[in-house]
Amino acid sequence: MYILSAIVILTALGLFLGLSLGIAAKYLRVESDPLIEKVEALMPGSQCGQCGFPGCRPAAEAVVSGSAPVTLCPPGGTSLVEQLAKLLGVDVDLSQAKDAEPMVARVSEDTCTGCTRCFKVCPTDAIVGAAKQIHAVVADACIGCEKCVNVCPTECLQMHPIEVTLRDWRWPKPMAAA
Amino acid sequence: MLALFENPRLRGGIHAEEHKAETSGVPIALDMPLPKKLYIPVQQHVGKPAEPLVKVGEKVLKGQLLAYSQGTISAPVHAPSSGEIADVMDFPAPHPSALPIRTIIIETDGLDQWQPLKAPDDPFALPAEEICALVGAAGVVGLGGAVFPSAVKLDLGRKNKIHTLLINAGECEPYLTCDDRLMQERAGEIVTGIRLMLRGMNAPEATVGIEDNKPEAFIAMREACAEFANINVVQVPTRYPMGWDRQMLRYLTGREIPADGRATDIGVVIHNVATAHAVYRAVCLNQPLITRVVTVSGSAVAKPQNVEVLIGTLMSEVLDFCAADKSRVARLIMGGPMMGDALPISEVPVVKACNGILALSEQDIEIPEVKPCIRCSTCVTACPVGLLPLEMASRIRANQLDAAVDLGLKDCINCGSCSYVCPSNIPLVHYFKFASGELYKRQQMDHKSEQTKRLIDDRNQRMERIRLEQEAEARRVMEARAARAKEQELAKQKAQQAQQAQQSISEADNKAAVEEVR
Repeated sequence: MYILSAIVILTALGLFLGLSLGIAAKYLRVESDPLIEKVEALMPGSQCGQCGFPGCRPAAEAVVSGSAPVTLCPPGGTSLVEQLAKLLGVDVDLSQAKDAEPMVARVSEDTCTGCTRCFKVCPTDAIVGAAKQIHAVVADACIGCEKCVNVCPTECLQMHPIEVTLRDWRWPKPMAAA
Repeated sequence: MLALFENPRLRGGIHAEEHKAETSGVPIALDMPLPKKLYIPVQQHVGKPAEPLVKVGEKVLKGQLLAYSQGTISAPVHAPSSGEIADVMDFPAPHPSALPIRTIIIETDGLDQWQPLKAPDDPFALPAEEICALVGAAGVVGLGGAVFPSAVKLDLGRKNKIHTLLINAGECEPYLTCDDRLMQERAGEIVTGIRLMLRGMNAPEATVGIEDNKPEAFIAMREACAEFANINVVQVPTRYPMGWDRQMLRYLTGREIPADGRATDIGVVIHNVATAHAVYRAVCLNQPLITRVVTVSGSAVAKPQNVEVLIGTLMSEVLDFCAADKSRVARLIMGGPMMGDALPISEVPVVKACNGILALSEQDIEIPEVKPCIRCSTCVTACPVGLLPLEMASRIRANQLDAAVDLGLKDCINCGSCSYVCPSNIPLVHYFKFASGELYKRQQMDHKSEQTKRLIDDRNQRMERIRLEQEAEARRVMEARAARAKEQELAKQKAQQAQQAQQSISEADNKAAVEEVR
């Protein structure tokens, strides 16, 4: 008797919940562009914010609406650019594309005129110098935002990959079939 | 079933081909010719690098301080021979990457002239602190391979009231026999070193653990310790990694150090046997650590032997001395074959950590095909720490590093037992080294992003402050201007009033004059 009532109750409960969930899925659905879903699924999903958007979904929305380029995601690298370009039917030049490598700005002392424009725009105060003195970048504080590169009148600021030292050399991931 | 009959104090481990016979019977060579140039990296220890205090062109004597230790965990380096400082520059380090490290280069003058040494009359009359200070000043670091500054460990031992000093003479790595030969030839000096360490830590007794594949060393050490009842020499079974301090401690005392604890937590401090010898030299002879015994072996070496090498000698010169055939060297290893580092070039200096130079030819090495994991769990049986290497590796392969940490990645000692036994030839330790590096990188990135946030915050605050100051300044200027305008206005009014008054006075005067005229 108990068993029977348990079976009946659980079955009824299951049917009721399933039905209500089914109805909810159909009538209370949040409309969203399926393309955004697809783009978001391709992205790394780490919500790192390196693209300038607060997370991967806003970035995906921007890419789909065309307000951001398909190359916006540094951690995604070349493979993501390729997939996005294919999905959205955009032409993109991949010959120049390279996988994101942490970069820092460096001042070329030959061409720096000491104009102070770069350190005025640096968000982390990573550039030191004074008017008519050669400036220098504190690599530890540089976040590679390239703002200084854009304002430099003599193009003496260039982005360089961070040099690997003995202290931060790491073993690469083993390439294995296992 | 067999596991039940094994000694319960031994967990995991492997027994690899020893290859020790080639060098264990040959006396330590002391006649290595003095190199023309010595390359002394400023960091040969765990902790902060030493800071050079010599200048290019300066003449130095053997044993002179070249770079002083910085901070609590650091060690100085000394001149291994007399000569002139040729340069202080970046030079390839003995490391798998051969990336450069700050190195002091000495051009030797061939005189090998010592600086005046102040050897104490009775080293045992020195106070404990003094012994530790001498050990620290001599740049003695753990010579088993961990290169932790020994003085720091001695101080730690004194402060934590330890009951036993464990001298690790396991030397479980295949090929290596430098500690074995040292014990056979210099047992008396080692025992003096051990007694000095005991005194430096105010510890009552010491135990020396020697693997049972070194019977001559065991006999020599036991004879040297015969008159000291507080120093025990015991044999331990030959089973890699017996030289791992925790394994030896577990075997000898039956106690285990907690995962995130230290040996001092259970009242024990562990030092390597070669370190004891370095302590003897540092305290009794006042000689800094400028030489070490290095095993040179491998099938590409014609004269395999142990050599007492000056720190800073290029490995290529050591190999030449031992008649190594460079064309046959397929892999060059610093240290032992299990935990040592494969070096891409031989033009790197011998450092304090270097206990072996192995020149292996094709016949010694094989690069087997990596096959999928069959989950046989042989690696679990072999792991001396009691971890699950196969599970950890599969997590790391899927980039789930946190899951690997939960499985105990941080307790892995990279001993290589799991890789050694794996029937599918999976480079398990490589995975763990990669993961540890990746975790460290992440930690650094987190640190950097925190720092970035702080920098941006600071800048915004500064900008806000400057804006407020400018506004205040502008307001002040405006107010000042307004006040001046008001003043001028007032002055003008006054002037007008005065004029009017003057006028009225003059009018009145005029009137009066007119009246008078009338």
